[in-house]
Amino acid sequence: MRGATHAKWTACAVVVALAATACGGGGDSGSGGSDGVVSSSWGDPQNPLEPANTNEVQGGKVLDMVFRGLKRYDPKTGEAKDMLAEKIETTDSTNFTITVKPGWTFSNGEKVTAKSFVDAWNYGALLKNSQKNAYFFEYIDGYDKVHPVSGTASEPSLSGLKVTGDLTFTVKLNQKFSTFPDTLGYAAYAPLPKAFFDDHAAWLAKPIGNGPYTIDSYTKGSKMSLRKWADYPGDDKAQNGGVDLKVYTDNNTAYTDLIAGNLDLVDDVPASQLKNVKSDLGDRYLNTPAGIIQTLAFPFYDSDWNTAGAVKVRKGLSMAINREQITDTIFQKTRTPATDWTSPVLGADGGFKEGLCGDGCTYNAAEAKKLITEGGGIPGGQLKIGYNADTGSHKEWVDAVCNSINNALGNDKACVGDPTGTFADFRNKIGQNKMTGPFRAGWQMDYPLIQNFLQPLYYTNASSNDGKWSNAEFDKLVDQANAETDKAKAVSLFQQAEGVLRDQMGAIPLWYQNGSAGYSTKVSNVTLNPFSVPVYNEIKVN
Amino acid sequence: MGRYVIRRLLQMIPVFFGATLLIFLMVNVMGDPIAGLCGDKACDPATAAQLSKEYGLDKPVWQQYLTYMGNVFTGDFGTAFNGQKVTELMASAFPVTIRLTIVAIVFEVVIGISLGVVTGLRRGRPIDTLVLILTLVVIAIPTFVTGLMLQLVLGVQWKIISPSVSSEAPFNELIIPGLVLASVSLAYVTRLTRTSIAENARADYVRTAVAKGLPRFRIITRHLLRNSLIPVVTFIGTDIGALMGGAIVTERIFNIHGVGFQLYQGILRQSTQTVVGFVTILVLVFLLANLIVDLLYAVLDPRIRYA
Repeated sequence: MRGATHAKWTACAVVVALAATACGGGGDSGSGGSDGVVSSSWGDPQNPLEPANTNEVQGGKVLDMVFRGLKRYDPKTGEAKDMLAEKIETTDSTNFTITVKPGWTFSNGEKVTAKSFVDAWNYGALLKNSQKNAYFFEYIDGYDKVHPVSGTASEPSLSGLKVTGDLTFTVKLNQKFSTFPDTLGYAAYAPLPKAFFDDHAAWLAKPIGNGPYTIDSYTKGSKMSLRKWADYPGDDKAQNGGVDLKVYTDNNTAYTDLIAGNLDLVDDVPASQLKNVKSDLGDRYLNTPAGIIQTLAFPFYDSDWNTAGAVKVRKGLSMAINREQITDTIFQKTRTPATDWTSPVLGADGGFKEGLCGDGCTYNAAEAKKLITEGGGIPGGQLKIGYNADTGSHKEWVDAVCNSINNALGNDKACVGDPTGTFADFRNKIGQNKMTGPFRAGWQMDYPLIQNFLQPLYYTNASSNDGKWSNAEFDKLVDQANAETDKAKAVSLFQQAEGVLRDQMGAIPLWYQNGSAGYSTKVSNVTLNPFSVPVYNEIKVN
Repeated sequence: MGRYVIRRLLQMIPVFFGATLLIFLMVNVMGDPIAGLCGDKACDPATAAQLSKEYGLDKPVWQQYLTYMGNVFTGDFGTAFNGQKVTELMASAFPVTIRLTIVAIVFEVVIGISLGVVTGLRRGRPIDTLVLILTLVVIAIPTFVTGLMLQLVLGVQWKIISPSVSSEAPFNELIIPGLVLASVSLAYVTRLTRTSIAENARADYVRTAVAKGLPRFRIITRHLLRNSLIPVVTFIGTDIGALMGGAIVTERIFNIHGVGFQLYQGILRQSTQTVVGFVTILVLVFLLANLIVDLLYAVLDPRIRYA
């Protein structure tokens, strides 16, 4: 029959189709929720899970569970406390002798020694390994040899690092940096086992560290199961049996799963649910300060913005923004109006000074209008606030800021948003100095030090000084602060530098961002650390 | 017929090259992706340059394309920015999406065609009007509304289903997402079948079959339906490609780690390798689905022959 032959050929084509699309099945079997395991939402880490290559929260979460460094930031106060460090000594703020505590091992049994640290840091700094956090090692002597600005490395390792004993090593910096030991809690400074170097691919497939958890299984892009490491030598042992991190395609879905009781912890409550979160979760909703500040940076490479009168314009613009109203209505109080350029998580001792910005950050429409007029008006006649439209809800607040400015100036066209399609493109424009008006700048701290909120952002030609603001007085004060060994004095010098930044209004501080999380009735003792990462090892399963 | 199939398969080669080139150029137009890898900070220039070199982004576009194509023929679709092989991503994403598509197509075929036959044979009766209104409603409501509503009602309120699909995504968890995905197409299939059946019900050969005294069921399945299915099959065939690539909304709502999700993430991160690789495979799926549709014509209607 004719039809039969046709059907045969059709079947052949179907077979070809299936072969071409490689119809496969499988996956591992999910754990049935054995006792004491916390299930938590996750996002696919953007970079491979190497300590010196992870610069965002999702990967940072895992590193925080799997690694412990020389220091650890107290989850509550943010204070840098000794973890693996027995002592870190210096007499001149340049040469440091570090002694590692004995008795620590990686979860595969290998001892954590001075070499584990030195090898890891050398790996992180070497240009060939293209680690995104390499700049963390820039203060160590010899960095310019292993990570030159152009060309290839002329040395394989940092000359400033020397192993002097089984558990001791010395660090020589290329400048005075008194708070250097306090930076060592950052994940980039974690020690690495030999397995990392011997079989890199296998290590990446299932990272091995020295933290309270070990990785039981890892399916890239969908799930990671971490289990309590019973022999963990530290005193911050896991209070639960383990953590299952589950990748969600959308944070709304994760939230729905939490409400339905299928998930224990969501550490990113979607903006659209903030209105319901109190009625849905009651006191199982966390909204605590995180070390993130949002600012508006100015393109100082544009001569219009770098005039003597522009200071008044910048200050006027800052006063034209009704921060209180925007954080209340748009962010539902998950952000707090900023009154300085640091973050509340630093605490008063760490350098946070509420109200340092003074009048400049208080809404005052009449004064704002007066200052802007005195300063010669907005350069170009219209303010265009740059932002990226693909992530976050930047459009909403940029429009609100513009509205606020327009109202203050009594001019509907004084300010408009200027969106860029993708985040990468936005960063490209900034990197190539192509911004024409103020633009969105966010800063998530690397370590809870006032230095981290000022130097990388506002020091002349610093790595994240996107607006290219430059001020000799500010630079001088920062240098002095770094050289100062007494912490209180150093902090006060940094605050003086911040005062210079305020007087020049080098960037407009907008608001401090909070970390938000919601959890189920199954777990308790859930907190967020100053990096807005849940403190997993302290979570108790009821 | 064999030569026809081979000819069609050969025709796919230029389409394959053209499609990959176009997508490659389009993704490149979006600009340098490296700057997006360092969060709100600026990547340090040396690391950025090193990464560009690693991903071959420092070379001119035509050279990037040639290298990429060369690699594709050795089975290497490149590496995404998170260090994962694109082939690995495909191996995890495509089976999930294929399962979802199968569920959706089954719904379209079973419910869509049955409703179409029922309404086509009962034109103007209350059941016809009711189904027409229902399909109109379904077509008018966007997928994400149906998806979110069903998720909320069935998943959170009544707790019949889990609101999110697990990473293994077995068939039974994909029933509701598949229904949501199929809903709009299902309405179209119903309407297409209805019109086609209504038209052919008056055809000579149906009257002949009735006159011969054949049982009603046999008339409908063997004579009426078989001849009425051609437009429906065309629609379902092209829909396979659309469902596989266009399930982004459904996949995001129900947490399905399929092709749509990988594409979405690839575009957000401007990962050329991921986007080009996935779209290339989707183009091939689309072409094959079309070929199968063309071949099915001959199965359904003996008058159509291929040489």
